[in-house]
Amino acid sequence: MPPILLFLFRRILQALPVVLLIIVSSFLLIKLAPGDTVDALVGDMGGADPNFVARLRQEYGLDQPVWVQLWRYLVKLSQFDLGWSYVYEQSVTQVLLSRLWVTLLLMVGSLSAAFVFGVALGAFAARRAYSLTDNVISTLGLVFYAMPSFFLSLLMILLFSVKLGWLPVGGIKDIGAFHTGWRLWLDIATHLVMPTLALSLIYLAFYMRLMRTSVLEVMDLDFVRTARAKGASGSRLMFHHIMRNALLPVVTLLGLQFSTMLGGSVVIETIFSLPGLGQLAYTSVVKRDLNTLMGIIFLCSIIVVVVNILTDLIYAWLDPRIEL
Amino acid sequence: MAALAPPAMSQEVKRGGTAFVHMNAEQGVLNPALRASTGVYQITGKFMEPLIDKTYDGYEGVLATEWSASPDGLAITFKLRDGVRWHDGQPFSCDDVAFSAMELWKPLLNYSSTLQANLESVDCPDPLTAVFNYSKPMPLELLVAAMPDLGHPVPKHLYEGTDILKNPHNQAPVGTGPFKFQEYERGQYIIGVRNEDYWRGPEYPYLDRVIWRFIPDKAAAAAALEAGELQESGFIGISMADMDRLGQDPRFDMGSEGFENNVAHSTVEFNLRNPILADLRVRQAIYHALDLDFAIRNIMRGHAKPGRGPVPSVGDANYTDDVQTYAYDVEKAKALLDEAGYPAGANGMRFKLRHRPAPWGEYTQLWGEYFAQAMKEVGIEVELLTNDAPGFLNGVYRDHDFDTANGWHQFRSDPAVSTTVWLRSGAPAGTAWSNQFGYESAEMDKLIDDAAIELDPAKRADLYHQIQQLAMKDLPVIFAIEHPFLGITNKKLMNHHNTPRWDSSSWYDLWLDE
Repeated sequence: MPPILLFLFRRILQALPVVLLIIVSSFLLIKLAPGDTVDALVGDMGGADPNFVARLRQEYGLDQPVWVQLWRYLVKLSQFDLGWSYVYEQSVTQVLLSRLWVTLLLMVGSLSAAFVFGVALGAFAARRAYSLTDNVISTLGLVFYAMPSFFLSLLMILLFSVKLGWLPVGGIKDIGAFHTGWRLWLDIATHLVMPTLALSLIYLAFYMRLMRTSVLEVMDLDFVRTARAKGASGSRLMFHHIMRNALLPVVTLLGLQFSTMLGGSVVIETIFSLPGLGQLAYTSVVKRDLNTLMGIIFLCSIIVVVVNILTDLIYAWLDPRIEL
Repeated sequence: MAALAPPAMSQEVKRGGTAFVHMNAEQGVLNPALRASTGVYQITGKFMEPLIDKTYDGYEGVLATEWSASPDGLAITFKLRDGVRWHDGQPFSCDDVAFSAMELWKPLLNYSSTLQANLESVDCPDPLTAVFNYSKPMPLELLVAAMPDLGHPVPKHLYEGTDILKNPHNQAPVGTGPFKFQEYERGQYIIGVRNEDYWRGPEYPYLDRVIWRFIPDKAAAAAALEAGELQESGFIGISMADMDRLGQDPRFDMGSEGFENNVAHSTVEFNLRNPILADLRVRQAIYHALDLDFAIRNIMRGHAKPGRGPVPSVGDANYTDDVQTYAYDVEKAKALLDEAGYPAGANGMRFKLRHRPAPWGEYTQLWGEYFAQAMKEVGIEVELLTNDAPGFLNGVYRDHDFDTANGWHQFRSDPAVSTTVWLRSGAPAGTAWSNQFGYESAEMDKLIDDAAIELDPAKRADLYHQIQQLAMKDLPVIFAIEHPFLGITNKKLMNHHNTPRWDSSSWYDLWLDE
């Protein structure tokens, strides 16, 4: 078996108990919160009589002990059945699939923007370390990093939507317009400009600071001096020798941030009313929609595991000394 | 507070266009015959119609044209409207009403299961007559008052023989209303389109489309209103600060018109299981310590008035203001607390209360904070315990784990629908919006039971006056402030908020001036 397949096989095998542990512990954690789906539903309805409530609880299987509920959930999960969402009145799989692409678009867009511009600006700042350019870039990065994302988002809405009228306030598409084909995609892209910008600006600072430090560190290493002595040109030196090596810690961060970004997208998706997983997670907690919430956790833990494996692969590719 | 479109301007009605409406939260079930809740009516009111709706002049027949009761109150007859068709083309008839009443309203609809507890059968002597038979007398005005909220028929031919709770039409309603359900995109929007075959005539509805957008973030919703992406937000859907600000903007109407039927009380609720609060003098002292004028000005921004007991002033004949009141008087409050045996301690404090403010938005949170501050002035320390909705409902109604709580209690047309259940003893723990105080009064129970089956409107009103007077004397709960909800509307929308439950109504006469 080629080492890469062996590596994948081993990692997936290792991931299984991790995912199971995540599922069980989050199930129990959610059960610790006071109130259940029926309480939230009744709250929405503005009240109901006790027979009605008892009937709903029985219908949803919430009258059973927690262990029975957990066991039933795990049995269903082993058959790849994520259950039924009593809030959306759809199967959880259907709910998740209709939301996943929005979040993935937002995350991949924001992370790539943050990564590309962060790395470029960081490297640029490092080349001109301690100059005015470096100071301006570093200060701006810090400002965006320090600014709460909801505040930044609202400022952007105020400027670009309310005052200038350039961009839509929220949503994923212009509902009344009924666009199709490429016009629809253009419409979706327009709707994603502000959320992507808001989310990436926060993460951009991370990459920039890390890249700047990393480049400064690598620049003084022996192999760079050797390359320079051998007459490597400025750009070859920068891209081939310095950046490739400086990227290692940045890639680690990329893998880590993919998971934390899901948390950040809760705020952004709520403010921009984007129908993504983040917003779904938030409403599922408020409405105690256990099945949906567990589905999101399950999906996200799998995404994180996959991204971690990919990170390791990129790592090995960047630095051949690292073995799979 | 000018919210109605100026009637003097006899403008030519413009047809067509789309109204964009703001919703804070999503509704999983879109069937008002299964879920009696304002959030459901706001959307489904355009698709499905009740037998009777409320207007500023009284009641208007929608799917029913006439109603009458037998002298003994055991049979109530509705004449149904002729020539009405469901959106799928099938005719509407008594069969639909009888099926809905027996299979949905009585067993499955919250509040209605109490209202219709004595309903035995619904007869259809002819397709356009429905006779409701009761085992105990049912006051006609009670049933009529309840119908706008609890009287939406569903098409029998789409529900019969199915698992009603899982019927797909609960998410894709088929009704008789001016708009037809078209699309529900979870987390984003619901689209309703013009019903070309509406019974009011081919000129109605004026609009081509109504689109509800789900925007949970209040600041973003306010921005969308300002940017013209939304034309209306009801039930205080945006923050009070934005409400006030946009209310000053000449492009918008802001006010409480159109929400009269949904008037609510901001309450202070006592747990009488706590021996301190079981003492009436302590509860009276707490009432005297509340500066309601201050609270109305600062929390409700003037859109409210002091409460006078369980029935609000919009409760027509059932309301009385001839009740005991408790004026703001700090000295009197302190004296009452001293008298009850709780003198101020070394730090000026007498005792401590654990208070749960309801998480129903800005109003209730601020009102909880005000309560804590007001109590401090008379030497009562208040610890605020904040929760989200399920946590609050459990803490207060199931576990009774609170000393005081505050929330709002919405009045639904008639005290028998959802108000008296609050004061009646015997509700099992865990029933939301029931007697969480642990209040037990044989006198109150008898008044409630008598009023529920009293047929003579004058005697009935008198019983409700007595209930109000007794509630204000016993004080299991302080109905401190009566406040209507508020809406904000772009002035391009014409004929808006012209009925007392406008956001829940059918909008057949709404039009867009642009």
